[in-house]
Amino acid sequence: MAADGTGTETDRAIEAVFRIERARLIGGLARSVRNIDLAEELAQDALVAALAEWPRSGVPANPGAWLMTVAKRRAIDAIRRDRMRERKHEEIARTPDESADDVAEAIEAAMDDDLGDELLGLIFTACHPMLSSSARVALTLRVVGGLTTDEIARAFLSSEPTIAQRIVRAKKAIVKAGLRFEVPRGAERAARLPAVLEVIYLIFNEGYAATAGDDLVRPRLAQEAQRLGRILAALMPADSPDSAEVLGLLALMEIQASRLEARTGPDGALIPITEQDRARWDHLLIRRGFDALARAEALGADGPYVLQAALAACHARAPSAAETDWPRIATLYDRLRIMMPSPVVDLNRAVAHSMAFGPDAGLRLLDGIDDLAALRDYAPLPAARGDFLFRAGRLAEARIEFEAAARLTRNSREAAFLTARAQACGE
Amino acid sequence: MRVMVFVKATEASENGMAPTPEMLEAFAAMDRFTEELVEAGVFVAAAGLKPSAQSKRIAIEGISRTVIDGPFAEARELVAGFSIWEVKDMDEAIAWAKRCPNTMPGRSEIEIRPFFEAEDLADFVTPEELAAPRSGDRGKLGVA
Repeated sequence: MAADGTGTETDRAIEAVFRIERARLIGGLARSVRNIDLAEELAQDALVAALAEWPRSGVPANPGAWLMTVAKRRAIDAIRRDRMRERKHEEIARTPDESADDVAEAIEAAMDDDLGDELLGLIFTACHPMLSSSARVALTLRVVGGLTTDEIARAFLSSEPTIAQRIVRAKKAIVKAGLRFEVPRGAERAARLPAVLEVIYLIFNEGYAATAGDDLVRPRLAQEAQRLGRILAALMPADSPDSAEVLGLLALMEIQASRLEARTGPDGALIPITEQDRARWDHLLIRRGFDALARAEALGADGPYVLQAALAACHARAPSAAETDWPRIATLYDRLRIMMPSPVVDLNRAVAHSMAFGPDAGLRLLDGIDDLAALRDYAPLPAARGDFLFRAGRLAEARIEFEAAARLTRNSREAAFLTARAQACGE
Repeated sequence: MRVMVFVKATEASENGMAPTPEMLEAFAAMDRFTEELVEAGVFVAAAGLKPSAQSKRIAIEGISRTVIDGPFAEARELVAGFSIWEVKDMDEAIAWAKRCPNTMPGRSEIEIRPFFEAEDLADFVTPEELAAPRSGDRGKLGVA
């Protein structure tokens, strides 16, 4: 049945075109109907129409515009039907001049307002700070990324009903709040941007660094986050200071992703950056990361993502671990702890200073961490202190720290590594 | 998945002829297409290549190495440029490639080649071999 085979192939080709257009289509429709569910339904209707029409007519030159026109038609038809029904019920209440046609025409006029920023509007709405970060993540992956609820559930080790429920609630909250699916401007955009960047970086980290989840789905999350970051960087005005953090996040993700293949050994164990085989880093991604970072730095901003990207770039730039520019890393951590105060940043800063200026500098900074109590059960703290003491020749004290770290870590390989370091300190 | 998209050479690209107004218009369309790829998060990298008149081939046989100067015949077998895209699957790559404007007079061709991914190599390369240190900075773009 050659005809069937061809038909399937045509359908797949049409569905691929639809997938490319889907998020922008939903963004544009949601802006008119203020409802993601309805927008998704209308987009689906447009796909059905395309599957019927395109095998005969061929894929139109501008498939996005074609799909949008069809979906808008459906929307207006639906609105007219609803209005007609309403009129039958409340004929007396309605003023004569407010006919269904007028309403539909007004909506049609609003729909023709094509600003070309439907996708960006959808991203900002799905990442609205009024939604919890887990709701933002699920909704963004579903409506912007086009992942199925099943894929999202598997990636986050959650059940499909839980994720579906989370998405339903988020959509309802958006309708209830009357969000307009627009791109915020000026100060509001700057205020809303962190919620968007947080979602993208959460998705990236879930794919890149998470310890749980389905191994086959997780790399897709990291790629999806990179794609979102690239889209956002391309759609944001290039010269806006707001774009600096977008580019910073993009640079951070590109550089971190460049190490994806090199960061695990054949047995699945994580390999620390200083031990990785740098020939296995993806230099194409590193180049892209450097590019994005240079553009971010040219905007003169010093936000947390730009600084973290600059840190990642220091490692990417060093031909070998021994050639790492630790003084620069130490300086960047000095700045990062002001932008993003956290005991973990303080700890990493102490490590950087120990590498740049010797173990005593590291020990001084460790003792000076304000919120040391927050790191009480955090294995990297005694591990770092043990390392500083070991390098300072204070072996007996180092041994106690390494043993404490080995007890705290939940990772058996790391525990073995730390026990070995404790033993290397002698009795 | 990552794919390399080859734009095959044509008589026009091989002859390096001065661009006509139509071709300049087509180049602008190409710029808009690339911008679309960037805005979709698909575009990774791209480059154009000089005509084969400025190329060399090195024929390898046993221990002999023979340098052959361009230009080479059969323009359609030659590559005029390439780009690297990151797409969800081959269907998406095809859908994008179909949107590529025609910058050459007459017939031209685009070829999409997927990169090897770690799982493609699973049958004949062990994880140990894949993870084994390789000397030198290969500046690699994929796993193989």
